[in-house]
Amino acid sequence: MNDRPAGALRTLNVARPAQRRITHASLLGAGAIGASIALMATSAWLISRAAQHPAEASLTLAIVGVQFFGLSRGFLRYAERLVGHDAALRVLADLRVRVYERLEAAAPAGLPLFRRGDLMARVVNDVDSLQDVVLRVIEPFAVAALVGIVTVAGMWWVLPQAGFVLLVALALSATAVPWLTGHLATRAEAKQATVRGELSAEVVDIVDGAPELIVMGGTEAQLGRIERADKRLRSLSRRGAGTAGVGLALTTELIGLASWGALTLGVRATHGGSLNGAFLAVLVLVPLAAVEVVSPLPAATQALQRSRVAAGRVFAAMDTRSVVTDPLHPVPIGSGPHTVELRSVWASYPGAGRAALRGVDLTLAPGRRVALVGPSGAGKSTLADVLVRFLQADGGDAMLDGVPMERYAADDVRSIVGLVEQRAHVFDTTLAENLRIGRRSAEDAELKRVLERVGLGPWLDGLSDGLSTEVGPMGARLSGGQRQRVAVARALLADFPILVLDEPTEHLERAAADALTTDLLAVTEGRSILLITHRLSGLEQVDEILVLQGGVIVEHGTHAALLATGGRYAALWWEERLGDQPASTQQNVTDVTDVTDVTDVTDVTDVIIKGGDQP
Amino acid sequence: MTKPTGRSRGPFDPRLLHYARATRTYLVLSVGVGGATAVLVIAQAWLIATVVNGAFLDHRDAASLHGPLLALLAVVSGRALLAWAAERAAFRASAAAKSDLRQAAAARVAAFWPSGLEQRDTGQLTVLLTTGIDALDGYFSRYLPQVFLAVIVPVGIIAVVAGADWVSAALIAVSVPLIPLFMALVGATTRDRTAKRMRALQRLAGHFLDVLAGLPTLKVFGRAKAQARSIAEVTNRFRSATMGTLRLTFLSSLVLELLATVSVALVAVAVGLRLLGGSMNFHDALFVLVLAPEAYLPLRALGTHFHASADGMKAAEEIFELIETPDGDGARGSVRADGTGIVIRGLDVTYHGRRLPAVHDFELVVQPGETIALTGPSGCGKTTVLSVVLGLRRPDAGTVRLGGVDLSDLDLDDWRRHVAWVPQRPHLFARTVAENIRLGRPDASDAHIAAALDAAGLTEVVRRLPRGIDTPLGEGGAGLSAGERQRLALARAFVRNAPLLVLDEPTSSLDNETEADVLDSIRHLIFGRTALIVAHRPALAALADRVVELPAPPVPAAITAGEGAAST
Repeated sequence: MNDRPAGALRTLNVARPAQRRITHASLLGAGAIGASIALMATSAWLISRAAQHPAEASLTLAIVGVQFFGLSRGFLRYAERLVGHDAALRVLADLRVRVYERLEAAAPAGLPLFRRGDLMARVVNDVDSLQDVVLRVIEPFAVAALVGIVTVAGMWWVLPQAGFVLLVALALSATAVPWLTGHLATRAEAKQATVRGELSAEVVDIVDGAPELIVMGGTEAQLGRIERADKRLRSLSRRGAGTAGVGLALTTELIGLASWGALTLGVRATHGGSLNGAFLAVLVLVPLAAVEVVSPLPAATQALQRSRVAAGRVFAAMDTRSVVTDPLHPVPIGSGPHTVELRSVWASYPGAGRAALRGVDLTLAPGRRVALVGPSGAGKSTLADVLVRFLQADGGDAMLDGVPMERYAADDVRSIVGLVEQRAHVFDTTLAENLRIGRRSAEDAELKRVLERVGLGPWLDGLSDGLSTEVGPMGARLSGGQRQRVAVARALLADFPILVLDEPTEHLERAAADALTTDLLAVTEGRSILLITHRLSGLEQVDEILVLQGGVIVEHGTHAALLATGGRYAALWWEERLGDQPASTQQNVTDVTDVTDVTDVTDVTDVIIKGGDQP
Repeated sequence: MTKPTGRSRGPFDPRLLHYARATRTYLVLSVGVGGATAVLVIAQAWLIATVVNGAFLDHRDAASLHGPLLALLAVVSGRALLAWAAERAAFRASAAAKSDLRQAAAARVAAFWPSGLEQRDTGQLTVLLTTGIDALDGYFSRYLPQVFLAVIVPVGIIAVVAGADWVSAALIAVSVPLIPLFMALVGATTRDRTAKRMRALQRLAGHFLDVLAGLPTLKVFGRAKAQARSIAEVTNRFRSATMGTLRLTFLSSLVLELLATVSVALVAVAVGLRLLGGSMNFHDALFVLVLAPEAYLPLRALGTHFHASADGMKAAEEIFELIETPDGDGARGSVRADGTGIVIRGLDVTYHGRRLPAVHDFELVVQPGETIALTGPSGCGKTTVLSVVLGLRRPDAGTVRLGGVDLSDLDLDDWRRHVAWVPQRPHLFARTVAENIRLGRPDASDAHIAAALDAAGLTEVVRRLPRGIDTPLGEGGAGLSAGERQRLALARAFVRNAPLLVLDEPTSSLDNETEADVLDSIRHLIFGRTALIVAHRPALAALADRVVELPAPPVPAAITAGEGAAST
């Protein structure tokens, strides 16, 4: 994924759906700050005028004004915050839906975003953080612009030179100061980045490597390393500390100077007679109150930077190219029985260097049970993705019932060809809800039956909450085997005529894996299935075995035939058998280890021949 | 967004003084800067009043007001300088305090292993000790200085205003304390609701992540398109509920703003009317008016920075909790082991938060020089037995004698010096290959290391690395495959040359060919030594003099106790 920040405009555009509310919030916010500036201005005028001892009636309006502004600020601010937060949450809702819709179009299992939980979690975090655009970026700048213009205009009306001084001070505080602070912060950050990385690595070492350090007696030395890295970071931070307060100091100075300048100019103008002395106090106090206009801007600039980085990642995810497009006029799918067929199919994921499938032929006739085996990286999952139309073949033809798949709607293809993914997702809800993804209308009794069929019956009986048991985030409260079995049960409920099982036993121990394979083959009896696996145990039961290597089918045939051929499949099978023999028998058969010893004679067939002699 | 306020706490946690000594100097400095700022604020108001009074009522020109104007310029710059100094001090204090806390916490991590660690997510712990602790920046550089300003500045201003006009002073003196009081009241009444909303927000983000991560699955079942509407619905329902809460929580800032501005308005009107009646002079009136808002500014800013403090205090609290975690091992003995014999009887170990023991009533006797293979289904507690032998885990029941000494009397550091351990998933330390192996024996020569690499079948792998044995590994360095890591740990064990070997499935991640090589090396390694080997693969178990099989764990009744994660 790239980490380039998105353009500022495209980032701000995220807030467009709540445009009207953001305008309202900004106006309210401007009103709030405007009220406190007006409070100081009217108060200053009130006491100045009072010092001239006029009739009390001539002050009434000012007194009312002071009280009005005094009261209104709090309420305006309250309203602004409510409207602003409402707008931010609306932006969040809209963005979530848009991100979802884009990813929905793109989502095949093979893309990194869907394989790596950390990438997805980061995108979700970034989406959440983008609501800051409303509250911490757009509003502060909009409010500053509105209030700044009105305040400068007011000052200008009283004394043009003073208005100009305030304009310069505000403009500099709104542009140069945030830019400078941002620049200094980035520079300090860059200097510290390396040392931070080193420190972080040392901390990881003591946390994750704690047991090894304890046993090897390396704890003290490791603490020393942390201390040294920490000292380097601390001394860099000390040197960088000088730049930290620069923004605040400059704003304070600029606004103080504006107030001082307005006062000096005002004194001259009063003495010269061009300014009514009752306004002199107004000229000093307004700039002092106006500090509120610009003080949030350095933080707003940094929030914009952060949002751009977050937006960059979100947009990159949203721009993920859709791998499969539906035809304008999709062909309806026939009533079956269904056959899928690959004819010298070439396929690869976008961005992948070389094709994962290089001319694969495969036919899955009604009721046929085919196994696909091969080492990892052979292209097995890519093949599964082509079959469920998550992926478009680059060459050759993927056909369903003799029609190229791209002439159907992809969703229609998936209503016929089902998939149990390698790491099937289990949703953070109840067991029943997870199963009902397979069939909405399934009754509890049906759910129980299907769980029994996949071997989870006794386990279900032991659950105090039964089908209403919460499975936890990512199914954390289930074991790996239970997760896979739930996924299979879900697929059985959906009753796909053709089912692709992609490494359903991948993350299981050997015994559990073999048990699941046996159960799987039993419960899918009578259905067309393609079982993708790296474990060969149990494959005696399938009609045909295909061996995929480097994207090419190198062997095919029944278990017995392939074993007799003594090719790649036979080699893999014997290798697995040797590794699996129970420890007790192995102990007295010492020559087994001798056999393993000669494996560096690269030709595997040697081992097979010797291994074949084993009882 | 609003943050949960957590349990109520003062604005300053005294434990910071205790654990982060750097805080002390800084607090003194903050009080000093706060006091100086208050003086300058007052001077500024007095000078403004003097100049305006002179020009407006006494009709003096700029030249005759030269002195006060220059002084005002100096005061303005002085305030800017103090603002800079305060932030600089805060930043330095923050860096120093973070480093104090980080080191104190890191030292504890090793000390309270394992009882403290197994309940924690080590990833979260690492984040806390690196970037999480940075949340203290907001606390130190924004919030804390403001706490001092919020106390010192109003008090100073009230005192000075009292000299000019006691009525205004009384007004300010009454309203200023009301602000924190009302904010605390509103905060206390809305705290539970706010916390509930925060949890709802997290759940919502969790739901969104769940649906996105499960998109391919939803597509398989043709349910993906329908979810878009449900995401919008759920988020919008959350929004309306949140707005209800915010209407209440924002009341605290409404109170703050109202009190501050209404008080200033009241001061202005009261002063103006008395000015009109002739019972007050203009200089004092303007002086009071300029000062009045300054009395409330620090409190307002404090309200703004409160969120920054909440994050920082949360991080600090987590670190305090870490520092205050008691030692994992309890008392340590000082009797040195004699030999490498192991006698375990009636061993029971139950992990924190689990109902069923990981190991129950286990017996094991290992004679010096013997090689024992521990086998059994996953989750049966093999790794747990090893951690007891390594002194990483206290048994809950049973007797354990290591080297003829009872575990509670044993000098564990001395015992571990005689042990070489290959864990199931060895950790790659962020240093070079050679340094990683030297962890096993700090004084190992290059020749030793080369021999160890060779024995572990790593020579070829290391030769392929860009800088050979000097290639940095781990975070930011070269990665090794799971099998290569295991072999690196084996090399460590070779170089350690210890009389007792503890190997936890040392070949589980190797392919069959490499396993054969490594098994050969292991056979050499265990020759003449005592060895305890957890063996899943039969070829490994074949090296043992004796195979001890652990029984399968009892079938858990509920899934919460499922997954015998203890041994993996």
